[in-house]
Amino acid sequence: MSTTIYYILMIAILLFVLTTIAAWLIWLERRVLALWQDRYGPNRAGPFGLFIVVADTIKLFFKEDWIPPFADKFIFVIAPAIVAAAVLMSFVVVPFAPGIVVADLNIGLLFFLAMSSLGVYSIVLGGWASNNKYSLLGALRGASQMISYEVFMGLSLMGVVMLSGSFRLTDIVLAQQDYWFIVTQPVGFVIFLIAGVAETHRLPFDIPEAESELVAGFHSEYSGMKFGMFFIGEYLGVILISSMVVTLFFGGWLGPSFLPGVVWFFLKTFVFILFFILLRASLPRPRYDQLMEYGWKVLLPLALLNLLITGAVVLVMKE
Amino acid sequence: MDTVSGLTDDLTITAEGETLTQQHTVDEIRTVWVGPENIVSTLLHYKTLSSKPFEFLFDLCGVDERSRAGKLISLTADFTIVYTLLSFERNQFLRIKVGLTGNYPSVPSISGLWPNANWYEREIYDMFGIVFSGHPNLRRILMPLTWEGHPLRKEHPARATEMGQFKLWDEKEDREQEALQFKPEDWGLKRKSDDADFMFLNLGPQHPGTHGVLRIILQLDGEDIVDAVPDIGFHHRGAEKMGERQSWHTYIPYTDRIDYLGGVMNNLAYLLAVEKLANITVPDRVKTMRVMLCEFFRIASHLVWYGTFAQDLGQLSPVFYMFTDREKIFDVVEAITGGRMHPNWFRIGGVSQDLPQGWDKLVSDFIAYFPKRLREYHQMVMRNSIFKARTVGIGIYTVQEAIDWGVTGPGLRACGFGWDFRKKQPYSGYENFDFDIPVAQNGDCYDRAVVRVEEMWQSLRIIEQCLKNMPAGDYKADHPLTTPPIKKHTMEDIETLITHFLNVSWGPVIPAGEAMSCIEATKGANAYYLISDGNTSPYRVRVRTPSFPHMQMLPYISKGYTVADLLSILGSMDYVLADIDR
Repeated sequence: MSTTIYYILMIAILLFVLTTIAAWLIWLERRVLALWQDRYGPNRAGPFGLFIVVADTIKLFFKEDWIPPFADKFIFVIAPAIVAAAVLMSFVVVPFAPGIVVADLNIGLLFFLAMSSLGVYSIVLGGWASNNKYSLLGALRGASQMISYEVFMGLSLMGVVMLSGSFRLTDIVLAQQDYWFIVTQPVGFVIFLIAGVAETHRLPFDIPEAESELVAGFHSEYSGMKFGMFFIGEYLGVILISSMVVTLFFGGWLGPSFLPGVVWFFLKTFVFILFFILLRASLPRPRYDQLMEYGWKVLLPLALLNLLITGAVVLVMKE
Repeated sequence: MDTVSGLTDDLTITAEGETLTQQHTVDEIRTVWVGPENIVSTLLHYKTLSSKPFEFLFDLCGVDERSRAGKLISLTADFTIVYTLLSFERNQFLRIKVGLTGNYPSVPSISGLWPNANWYEREIYDMFGIVFSGHPNLRRILMPLTWEGHPLRKEHPARATEMGQFKLWDEKEDREQEALQFKPEDWGLKRKSDDADFMFLNLGPQHPGTHGVLRIILQLDGEDIVDAVPDIGFHHRGAEKMGERQSWHTYIPYTDRIDYLGGVMNNLAYLLAVEKLANITVPDRVKTMRVMLCEFFRIASHLVWYGTFAQDLGQLSPVFYMFTDREKIFDVVEAITGGRMHPNWFRIGGVSQDLPQGWDKLVSDFIAYFPKRLREYHQMVMRNSIFKARTVGIGIYTVQEAIDWGVTGPGLRACGFGWDFRKKQPYSGYENFDFDIPVAQNGDCYDRAVVRVEEMWQSLRIIEQCLKNMPAGDYKADHPLTTPPIKKHTMEDIETLITHFLNVSWGPVIPAGEAMSCIEATKGANAYYLISDGNTSPYRVRVRTPSFPHMQMLPYISKGYTVADLLSILGSMDYVLADIDR
């Protein structure tokens, strides 16, 4: 009984912490982007403009909950919920520190891959249900992007699995006690990071949105909290990919003992979140067929090669 | 007063051996009159002259001659169509006029000779109601489809207050709504081909990628563009019509707003033509001041293009850096002129004020500051591999295609043809400056960018030379038509007092005549063709803007590319909607 309460409590806390972080990330991104772009960013509401998030949330809640008359109502409403739900489900398997994990599944990594691919449903369904040509184009781009990047996203992680001998994320972290997997799996890391950016639709891979081309792509027709769900889903995705990078390649919660593990985990994750924002500040957007070409012709062979070499080395080391 | 000239040479004799009537104009551009029945064959003759042909249709405009005072009796016509051709080899313009009689006359279309004649003829039809027989798609282009009347006809009112109260009764509303219905057939688009149903995407008039109220109807097969039809006119403010009701002096601020990124450079194009008509020679100091300000605006305009181009391709940061630098330019402009984007600073025969004290410090600070930034941008944008992937090999056209479609400016120089009016037909003292004409070879989006970036360096060189060699002297010409007039002698004799009073209250009376001036503006060749019938306001103002033919070329160069590429092409074209629609 007490374990049930423990888990429910942990889920509640996790949910609260994650959505709060995701919300503040919006503030952080706007401030940091502004800093890099020689401007101020939001600085009016509260100290350093921190309350802009509160103001935005209130605004989104009080906006008219408008559904375009030409939209497919039911699908239009559930689509934004899918993205937030799918990303939040992935956090179930992320070990933040020893003992702080909702479900330490022995197929943790596979669960993460499965859940994060579900996110594309919200894009496709949202774009389709909007019954708008820009949304449709965005949705199609999103789907094709996901198909091509899912493949080697999984493959790029198999090196890590071979080295640690487990799909369980806690085991993977513990296997990095001698050295972080970034040392032996730099190629896997780079590929996973690129695929992760594509997975979260962040610049330079924001082609399903591509504001200068498709207005707002798949969520052109969304407003109010339904738009807010897409928005928060994107930032949750950024946190998820960053924390997965840390877990798989940078030793998770491991670090010198003067700080608790969970602090190390969040510090490392924060670095990658900043990296995501920096990417947005600096890179243009490739065309979707160039993105696809890059995925299939460069990253996929590279991921396979990485797998092959890692496998060979692991075999040799065993003997 | 224009006179009929008797000079004959190879330009006044047609292929059939007929001698054409020649008109002498103050701008010294050869002007010949042709009968409407011979116009196609005559233009074909000039286009295909065996030596040094006039292969470039520079401009095509109409004039309502019906109320023009003192027109040539021998050439009386109700309407005139004016074809302006340019020969690159001769470095010479040629003006061919066709006189038409009747209320709604007709003339053969020349859209078969030059593809860019298509839109020009539609514009004349829209503005004058003149019908071009044989035109493939003669419908309104700038005005709404339901507009009654043709605005540039003299009987059409120039102010809304002259048009009576606006009422939208039911039938009218229905008619307006009906006109807004989208039928692909009206735009010359097929709904499907043998193997595909097309999707029509309405890009604009409100779209983040079109830089203004431009609508492009895309016929798509997947994301591939089968055809694109630009729909322009949303930004049409009737600048040409306004010219006919403003005084020569009070029209200057309107020019500022035509290429609204070019600022005072627009004033220059207009004033050069006015000064030709008035026969004013401006002092050297004025020339150099004008050149300096124009080049500042060239950099400012190119910076806006640079930043927004990068942003169109998804690069979010450069535009902020570049707008910051543009502010630095505006600081200088503001210190000198008092205005920022539209300073309205040039005057007939001079400029508004002399340079302020300390201007040289501001300019030299900018010259010291800017190169480092330009180098940084080069690193950030031009050398970025994704930027290259999005622009290299996209939207290619050749020199010949550029000439056929009336492309001027950086777009022409990007295909390897180094034509720049500042060098070829120097005005305002450009011949005294040492600068290069940047040229690129491939004619794709990337090369158009390369040319513009290099132009900023050259502009900086010109500004530096202005700084070092600013002549001393007056900031206004000593000429009775200089506006506002010089006040030196007004209190000494009654004649000057009266002239001053009239020139300030009515504005100057510019002698009758016709003149065209052409400058190398930020986006290409900008020309003002002014007709005066000896009045306080122009009889006809024709504004030839570079963006109009550039936009007309869009379908031709974007077919077969994707929607994403269309944004690269639009960005690299560097147009401004007010420059298209006027």
